[in-house]
Amino acid sequence: MSMPFYVAPEQVMKDRADYARKGIARGRAMVAVRYSDGIALVAENPSNTLRKISEIYDRIAFAGVGKYNEFDQLRVAGVRAADLKGYQYSRDDVDARSLANNYAQMLGQIFTHEMKPMEVEILVAEVALDTEHDQLFHILYDGTVMDERRFSVLGGDAEAISSRLNESFEEGLSLAVAVKAGVNALSGPDRTLTADDLEVAVLSRLNGRRCFARLNDADVTTYLES
Amino acid sequence: MSMPFFVPGDDPGANFPELLRRVGMQPTAITTGTGDLSVPHATTCVALRYEDGVVMAGDRRATSGNLISHRSMEKVVPADKFSGVAIAGAAGPAMEMIKLFQLQLEHYEKVEGAFLSLEGKANQLSMMVRGNLPAAMQGMLVVPIFAGYDHRRVAGRLWAYDVTGGRYEEHEYVATGSGSLHAGQVIKLGHRPHFSRDEALDLACRALWEAADADSSTGGPDALRGIYPVIATITVEGWQRVGDDELAQRYAAIATEMRDRS
Repeated sequence: MSMPFYVAPEQVMKDRADYARKGIARGRAMVAVRYSDGIALVAENPSNTLRKISEIYDRIAFAGVGKYNEFDQLRVAGVRAADLKGYQYSRDDVDARSLANNYAQMLGQIFTHEMKPMEVEILVAEVALDTEHDQLFHILYDGTVMDERRFSVLGGDAEAISSRLNESFEEGLSLAVAVKAGVNALSGPDRTLTADDLEVAVLSRLNGRRCFARLNDADVTTYLES
Repeated sequence: MSMPFFVPGDDPGANFPELLRRVGMQPTAITTGTGDLSVPHATTCVALRYEDGVVMAGDRRATSGNLISHRSMEKVVPADKFSGVAIAGAAGPAMEMIKLFQLQLEHYEKVEGAFLSLEGKANQLSMMVRGNLPAAMQGMLVVPIFAGYDHRRVAGRLWAYDVTGGRYEEHEYVATGSGSLHAGQVIKLGHRPHFSRDEALDLACRALWEAADADSSTGGPDALRGIYPVIATITVEGWQRVGDDELAQRYAAIATEMRDRS
């Protein structure tokens, strides 16, 4: 009878985490920045059709970085969970926190039990009725959830982007300034990103029932030039 | 409730009713009954085309037998940004159908990242009406009208349905409900191609007025309580409900005209 090699659990987890992190670092990053009327989501994404940012529910948006097919699967699962909950109870009962918990459980389960972890990092953002209660849940490949207050940075090179954004962020930014701050943080000092390289959307309190809206290239260019 | 997750090949896609079935949440079908349950019924709704799109209109009354059970029901509602649905028949199943239809359109839009085509929406509604057939056989009839703006064809379009889910596209107008004969006649006689918004709204108001005048289940404008029919336009800009102030003025003008005539 053959005996399987013993591998320490620490080593298994570390290998999986490294694998996932490498996959995520290969992709481009995205940021979410709170502004006076909601949350601006800015991703570096040259594609006009394969989205990183999308709508989940009335006040909730989803963003993912890493492997597209994996985070898109998570996005659809989120839309389903939210629509089912809204149908079963009421639209007011759908909230980002429980959605984030669901995601965390799923990612945690996959991380420990499946052959390979998901190479994704996701964000569940919810815009509240007032600025104080906006929520940003940042969820990692292993199911770790982080509740972030001011802004979120997902993807490769997150630390550098985060420190750049930290310098320009303040409470009560206007949309134009928030978008510009996000784009500058993503690009860094040596590159320039134009509207063509970006995917930008907002969750705005001013949009009525469905707060999510995409910004077109013309709007983004105006904000970047302002 | 855990997050629904399906393996490829076994995925319900953007189909919300199918998702409900798969997670065991589909509403219980009404399959038994004597057919004489006294549930509230909603009545007259019309839709007509004009140069910018379509106008949809419906009265506000729901009746249970000879009683008025609601005075301010809204039977004409937006299905999504560019389409609307109006319902006549048993109010309970009708409202559930509207809710599910709205959800289905929004669910599709979010999952697929694109709007369903107008014809696709009309087809979806057809399947829902068809699914209600067992309940319809027990007296829970639901007969909707569907109308919207078709961006591909750059025109307003409208559909009538029958209880089996039969779907009939009309070119000028449709009417449904107990007062549909009267309302439909008014529109049939007054409708002209390339109506302006003003003319179309005026005709819709008159159609509901005549239906309320001749059909006891249809409510007229209620100036005392400030309850007016729900009237909306759907154009390239999307669904736009006509304000009660404008309707109050229109009905006051119609009332004056009627008085002068007699």
